[in-house]
Amino acid sequence: MSDLTKLTLKAAVDGLKARDFSSEEITRAFLANIETANPRLNAYVLPTADKALDMARAADARLAKGEGGPLEGAPLGVKDLFCTDGVQTTAGSNMLKGFVPPYESTVTANLWRDGAVMLGKLNMDEFAMGSSNETSAFGPVVNPWKSGVSNADLTPGGSSGGSASAVAGDLCLAATASDTGGSIRQPAAFTGTVGVKPTYGRASRFGMVAFASSLDQAGPITKTVEDAAILLRSMCSFDPKDSTSLDVETPDWSQSLGKSVKGLRIGIPNEYVVDGMPAEQMELWEKGQAWLREAGAEIVEISLPHTKYALPAYYIIAPAEASSNLARYDGMRFGHRAAEAKSLTDLYETSRAEGFGKEVQRRLTIGAYVLSAGFYDAYYVRALKVRRRIAEDFDKVWDRVDAILTPSTPSAAFAIGDRQIDPVTMYLNDVFTVTANLAGLPGISVPAGLDKAGLPLGLQVIGKALDEATVFQVAGALEDAAGFVARPEKWW
Amino acid sequence: MAVDVATVRRVAHLARIKTPEERLEPLAQELNGILAWIEQLNEVDVEGVEPMTSNVHQPLRLRDDVVTDGNKVADVLSNAPKSADGFFVVPKVVE
Amino acid sequence: MTDKTFTIQGRTGPWELVMGLEIHAQVASRAKLFSGAAVGFGAGPNEQVSLVDAGFPGMLPVLNKFCVEQAVRTGLGLNAQINRRSQFDRKNYFYPDLPTGYQISQLFYPIVGEGVVEVEAEDGSFFNVGIERLHLEQDAGKLIHDLSPTESYVDLNRAGTALMEIVSRPDIRSPDEAVAYVKKIRTILIYLGTCDGDMEKGNLRADVNVSVCRPGQYEKFKDTGDFSHLGTRCEIKNVNSFRFINQAINYEARRQIEILEDGGTVDQETRLYDPTAGETRSMRSKEEAMDYRYFPDPDLLPLELEQAWIDEIRASLPELPDEKRRRFMSQYGLSQYDAGVLISEQAKADWFEAAAKGRDAKLVSNWVTNELSARLAADGSDFADCKLPPAYVAELVELIETNVISSKIAKEVFDHVWNGEGSPAQVVEKHGLKQVTDTGAIEKAVDDIIAANPDKAAAVAEKPQAVGWFVGQVMKATGGKANPAVVNEILKAKLGL
Ligand SMILES: [Mg+2]
Ligand SMILES: [Zn+2]
Repeated sequence: MSDLTKLTLKAAVDGLKARDFSSEEITRAFLANIETANPRLNAYVLPTADKALDMARAADARLAKGEGGPLEGAPLGVKDLFCTDGVQTTAGSNMLKGFVPPYESTVTANLWRDGAVMLGKLNMDEFAMGSSNETSAFGPVVNPWKSGVSNADLTPGGSSGGSASAVAGDLCLAATASDTGGSIRQPAAFTGTVGVKPTYGRASRFGMVAFASSLDQAGPITKTVEDAAILLRSMCSFDPKDSTSLDVETPDWSQSLGKSVKGLRIGIPNEYVVDGMPAEQMELWEKGQAWLREAGAEIVEISLPHTKYALPAYYIIAPAEASSNLARYDGMRFGHRAAEAKSLTDLYETSRAEGFGKEVQRRLTIGAYVLSAGFYDAYYVRALKVRRRIAEDFDKVWDRVDAILTPSTPSAAFAIGDRQIDPVTMYLNDVFTVTANLAGLPGISVPAGLDKAGLPLGLQVIGKALDEATVFQVAGALEDAAGFVARPEKWW
Repeated sequence: MAVDVATVRRVAHLARIKTPEERLEPLAQELNGILAWIEQLNEVDVEGVEPMTSNVHQPLRLRDDVVTDGNKVADVLSNAPKSADGFFVVPKVVE
Repeated sequence: MTDKTFTIQGRTGPWELVMGLEIHAQVASRAKLFSGAAVGFGAGPNEQVSLVDAGFPGMLPVLNKFCVEQAVRTGLGLNAQINRRSQFDRKNYFYPDLPTGYQISQLFYPIVGEGVVEVEAEDGSFFNVGIERLHLEQDAGKLIHDLSPTESYVDLNRAGTALMEIVSRPDIRSPDEAVAYVKKIRTILIYLGTCDGDMEKGNLRADVNVSVCRPGQYEKFKDTGDFSHLGTRCEIKNVNSFRFINQAINYEARRQIEILEDGGTVDQETRLYDPTAGETRSMRSKEEAMDYRYFPDPDLLPLELEQAWIDEIRASLPELPDEKRRRFMSQYGLSQYDAGVLISEQAKADWFEAAAKGRDAKLVSNWVTNELSARLAADGSDFADCKLPPAYVAELVELIETNVISSKIAKEVFDHVWNGEGSPAQVVEKHGLKQVTDTGAIEKAVDDIIAANPDKAAAVAEKPQAVGWFVGQVMKATGGKANPAVVNEILKAKLGL
């Protein structure tokens, strides 16, 4: 039999249903890949082989009876941000090393309901704060892709770097991820995979370790747009346990695929041209426009004038929310507690200084600062007003366009260690993705080409709130036109 | 609004993160770098704009007053660094 | 007003007090404000705790509808503005009884806005206290300090319980007024059924903001709204009895006056009242670097109320203490004082009304507020679980009204009734306590006593008041059953008065 780990989620699910192979077989194949690759790629912080095999056998039993859900027997990876009942959940932090939740996140519960098998927990930037997976307490994740010009280890992006690397490196069929400012779409772009952030409120945040509550959304990283449609459908649900969860139906988005984009109006925001963007990324964006035009879509130039303020606003709002969300990590009820402390205050301060890494500390400090007396209005409230301006920018164009096409990132994957000197340079990675988080809109990154060095580049499609259908439709057309088949060469 | 060492010390304490004296100056510089970049928000005309706290345009859902949870002391204490007799145990709190 | 303003005489002259109160009232709900764990008293440590209350990663708040309803109900009972749109905010601080590191409260947009409460002072006059706001918030957990010498124990059973914080305007001017205000709020809450008012269990606590100023300053503040005319205030946290409220304010005012008269300045701070030492002391540990960094809770959305629902709640409000007092005065002809005593507890008022039907209301009121109240108090019980049927007091009063028994004998009858010997009529029958109105029998007793005490009978001519002695003797001789009016009549005739 050919290599099962190279299958798409769709093909695997069909093969399992047809009993061409068993869930145990494909699960073992992935576990074998993980064993070889993980020492180099560091995508998993915790492979859960025994659990995976138990789940696979249970899936096989259901499949044998002709039963089973839409993901029955499919081995997936889970970003270590999702709490998994009885399985350590760390959010990539020393703070939560050894933390075993006695509960399951709604998103992962939905996957198990649909028959998926958990291969393990995937590495990530600490508390999802990062764009290169270098802030993880478990060490950086390595991108399976290598540049043609250097042998340096590249970052898979972040914060869902483990998810992206695992999917690109055939260490799972697909993976869950989360996106606060671009943490699904940017790593997907860096690894030649597909990443979707749905409309805010589609996926429950219950049981997902919070970074910035008003921005966090779960979504999938997969090999194809169709896989993304399938996995996202399983992940999303209305959840009464999350007050921001939308009480809406979850459609079958795979129905949108293959549908012609003829007549669709695609917006091209001229503010998404940024200084220093490589020519190949610019060319790819133009190519994307040409593909869609050829497929019958109308290309419309639009303006989203507040785009450049999205990142600075994000770097007030997200740290502010995080500074409060992460206050619960105090060493009192769970998580790291300093061994020695002179007083209660000292225990708080030492536990948190030891438990949190540098980037998390930096953001918590910014967050506390922008909310503190005298600065609240000048920073936080102003950022919230700018956020509305950004959302209004989108509102104003929706009567003229059905979706928006942009580059996913300003560049291809960079080498680990390259951008650690200056935090702001690192933050600029999310310049194209963060607007969708602030406005709560769905966005997808589709691999569309390679740069000069042979590294993947992605295109992003942003849609109206709750209109993932059009986003998938356009993404499917781009995928077809791009014919992106490049795979990283196995070097591990 | 440049941040000085004293401010960093105060904010680090607010955030309950022990920050050694020698880290304060570099941290102040980092924060100033980020804040300087954030300053560009002052260019935006936000006159009369309502702050946007959420993307969700629906009223808050309410649940019924029914006891559906609790009685799980073992779960509640399962990850406690220290517990005894059903309580979390923390260093002496002086009021 | 000014002439009876409460003052404290200092070394350098008189001082006045200005107080605003924050009352925390626990909502009488089954489950917590944002989680499905039970609210209650007496469970084992951490038994009434969900992972939401314990602040576990990924746990999210979902608002309890009943608690919202109770806040609206209370707001309506305080004659206050109900805000159709409100919002929950996070108040951030670190403390081991606060699992998430923030309290969910309502700073910027509370559910209830301005209102006013009419309070009756000791002397029967009324004063108004402005309500600034009422908001919903979570309670914290409990720290136990006496289980270990070196460590504190944390019980989160209370964490997340719904509280209504009722914030008054600085309209309270004396310790007595402060107590009367808290009593009034407590009565309203109990009438509304939104809080059980149990101060011993901590279900109703008051934070008292106290400042002192020179006469005339308060008026300037009232005219301008400028707080700089007033002194610096200190907040005394969590005072949980009426007596302590009084003591704490007195102590704190004198402490501030002493500082000011010594040329010092009062530091604005949070203080704790220590009832054992009878003093307030600074809570520096909680005070240091208090910067709560309030911001809207991103896990929740704005709370929007339908006007129809508010109207429905309004329509379901019971008769409130003020209305009831006015009605008792007009319907039953009771004095303000008597009506006030009766309405101070809803159960007492209800009990009174059940007994007063068709009877002399003043007489019923006396029985309810004196005899019955005393018995219940002695048993540590109250009107809410009073076993005595109101019909019995009605019957007792009827027996008095119809001269079947005297008021004096009625006390004895009540004793027997209280001991469960049946209705007043049954007791009178069983113990033969009917009043003797048979003049023959009384005359005979009178004659016997006059005959046995000729000297006293002679003296009565000069000292008519001494007839009282004869009345007493006759009553004694008839076992107290003689009708006192008849006895008087006959004595006067026989003694030639
Ligand atoms: Mg308060
Ligand atoms: Zn409060």
